[in-house]
Amino acid sequence: MSTVKHDGKVPGKSFNPWYLLLIVPLLVLVTPLFNMDGPRLFGMPFFYWFQFLFVAIGVLSTWIVYMMTRDKPAGDAPDKLSVDDLDEGDAR
Amino acid sequence: MSNLQWPELIIFTILFLLVTVLGFMAARWQRGGGLDHLDEWGLGGRKFGSWITWFLLGGDLYTAYTFVAVPALVFSAGALGLYALPYTIVVYPIVLLPALRMWSVSRVRGYVTPADFVRGRFGSPILALLVAITGIVATMPYIALQLVGLEAVLRTMGINGSGLVGHLPLLIAFVILAFYTYQSGLRAPALIAFVKDILIYIVILVAIIYLPSKLGGWSHIFDVAAKKYDATPAKTDGILLNANNQLQYATWAFGSALALFLYPHSLTSVLASRGRSVIKRNMVALPAYSLVLGLLALLGYVAITAGVKPLTNAATGKPDTNTIIPVLFDGQFSSWFAGIAFAAIGIGALVPAAIMSIAAANLWTRNIYKEYIRKDATPKQEAKQAKLASLVVKLGAVAAIILLDLQYAIDLQLIGGVLILQTLPAVALALYTRWFHRWGLIAGWVVGIGWGLIMLYGIPGANGKQHFGGSALPLGDLSILGWHPFSGSQVQIYVGFVALIGNLVVAAIVTVIARQMKVFNGTDDTNPGDYLADEHDKDLRPIGAAH
Repeated sequence: MSTVKHDGKVPGKSFNPWYLLLIVPLLVLVTPLFNMDGPRLFGMPFFYWFQFLFVAIGVLSTWIVYMMTRDKPAGDAPDKLSVDDLDEGDAR
Repeated sequence: MSNLQWPELIIFTILFLLVTVLGFMAARWQRGGGLDHLDEWGLGGRKFGSWITWFLLGGDLYTAYTFVAVPALVFSAGALGLYALPYTIVVYPIVLLPALRMWSVSRVRGYVTPADFVRGRFGSPILALLVAITGIVATMPYIALQLVGLEAVLRTMGINGSGLVGHLPLLIAFVILAFYTYQSGLRAPALIAFVKDILIYIVILVAIIYLPSKLGGWSHIFDVAAKKYDATPAKTDGILLNANNQLQYATWAFGSALALFLYPHSLTSVLASRGRSVIKRNMVALPAYSLVLGLLALLGYVAITAGVKPLTNAATGKPDTNTIIPVLFDGQFSSWFAGIAFAAIGIGALVPAAIMSIAAANLWTRNIYKEYIRKDATPKQEAKQAKLASLVVKLGAVAAIILLDLQYAIDLQLIGGVLILQTLPAVALALYTRWFHRWGLIAGWVVGIGWGLIMLYGIPGANGKQHFGGSALPLGDLSILGWHPFSGSQVQIYVGFVALIGNLVVAAIVTVIARQMKVFNGTDDTNPGDYLADEHDKDLRPIGAAH
C-alpha cells in the first residue's frame, strides 16, 4: 500500500468528531426512558412508537455522519450515476 | 395431508419455480473471470454496487427469523419480543466504522473470511481455526432457523405430514437450493433477493394497513393483547417490560447487534461490495428493513386479536408457535394473496440460507482445508472444495431440523449469537488494535465459549426442558467460580453478553502476562494503510489473484 491515498489523505488519521453522532441511536437501549403505555399515538403505546421513532433517528445520525465524512467535498454530491452504473461493477 | 390449500400452493410453487430459474441463470450474471475462484463464486466478484448490496444484505440479515420467530415471540411473550427492533436500530451505527476497515483490509489482502483476517493479523493459524470453527458452528443453527420458517409455511398450506414424509417437501426445496447455489455461488441469492424483498414489502404494507383496520384498530389490538397477558400466570409477559426483563431486553438487543456482523454470512455480503461508499450508503439505507421488522413484530399482537391458534406440527405432535403468522395470513387474506405472502416468507428463507452456506463453505475451504489439509490448493481447487462444502452444510442443517425439536426457533439465533460473540475481540477489536496478545485472545475465546455453554446448559426451558431452554440468565444464578455476586436477584441478562465480558477480562489478563514474559506475538501481515484503502486506489490487488 502507498502511504498517501489518491485524495491526499494520510492513513491513520481517520477519526472525525462527527463519528460521535453514531452514539445517539444507542439511547434506544435505555429501556426506562420509554417503558410506558402513555401517551399513545394511533392507538400504539409509547413503548412502541418511541422505538419506531428511533429508526428514523438512527437513519438520520448515520446519514449525517456519511455526508460529513466523505472523502471528497459535498460539492459533487448528489450521485448522478444511474442504478445500472452503480451496479455495473468497477469497469475502470 | 388432507386439507391442502390449492390456490396458495399453486402461487407458492410458481414463485418458487421463478426464483429457481433465476438462481440457475445467476451464474451468467455479471460474470467476471469464471467461477473457478473464491472471489467469484464466494464473493460475486467483489463488485456489487449499492442497490445489489442493499437487497443482498437485506435478504441476508432480515431472514425467516424475522418473519416467523420474532412475531411468534411477541405473540407468546409480548414486549420482550420487540427487542429485535432496537437490535436492528443500533447495529448499523455500531458496525459502520469497523465494517469499512474490514472491507478495506480484506480487499487489499484478498481475505475472503473473518478468519483469513485473524490469520493475517496475528500470524496464528490456531486462532484463525478457532474463529472459523465458531463461525461454522454458529451458522448451522441459523440455517436451521431458516428451515423452521420454510416449514411453518409449508405446514400451514396443508403439507403437514408426519415422520420423514412430513419433511420431504422441505428436503426437495433445499436440494433445489443446494444445486443452484453450487452452480452460481453468491450471485444466486443476490439476484433472488430482489424478488424476495419486493414480495416482502408488498405483503407487509398490505398486512399493516389492512389487518388493523379490519380488526378494530391498534388501540383495540393492544388492549386485547394486554388482557391476554394479564390472564396468564406467567409474570414475564405483557405489552410493556417489567423490572426483571428490561436488562434482558437491552442486552439481547445490544449483544445481537454486536454479534450480527461477526457472523460469516454478514461479512460475506459486506466483502462482496465494490467499495467503501457502497457500505456507507447501505448502513444509512438498511434501517428501511428495520421498520418492516418492527411492523412484522406487531403482527404477533394482531394474531392475538384475530384469535389465531398455532398449528399442530404433525411430525412432533406439538403446537408450533412459529406457524402463527402463516396461520394469521391464511385466515385473514384471500387465498391468492396468502400464497404470495407464503412465497415471500419461503423465499425469504432461501436467500439467507444460501448466503450462510456459502459463508460457511468459504470458512471451511480457506481456514481448514487450505490451512491443514491441502496447503498447495490452487484457486480452482479452493472453489471446487467450497462448492462441495456448501452442499454438506445444507445437509447438516436439514438433519438438525429432522432430528431436533425446536420449540422456539428464536433460541437458535440467540444460542448461535452466544458463540459468535466470543470472536469479537479477535475479529472486531483487532481491526483497531493489536494490543491483545494472540494467546490472550485464544484463552479469552476458550473461557467465553466454555462459560457461555455452561450457562446455556443450566437454563431450563418453559416446556419442561432441563437444559438449553433459552439464553436469558437470572443474575441470581450468575456464578463466577462458585461466587454468586447478585445472589437472589431475578433480573435477567443475555448469556452471550456475560460470556463476552468474561472473555475480554481473561484475554486482557493473559495479554499482560504474555507481554511480561515476552512471548512471541506473531507477525502482522497488514499495514495501517490497508484499513483505509478504497476502490480506485491505484495499486489495489486484482480481483481473483492467487492468494
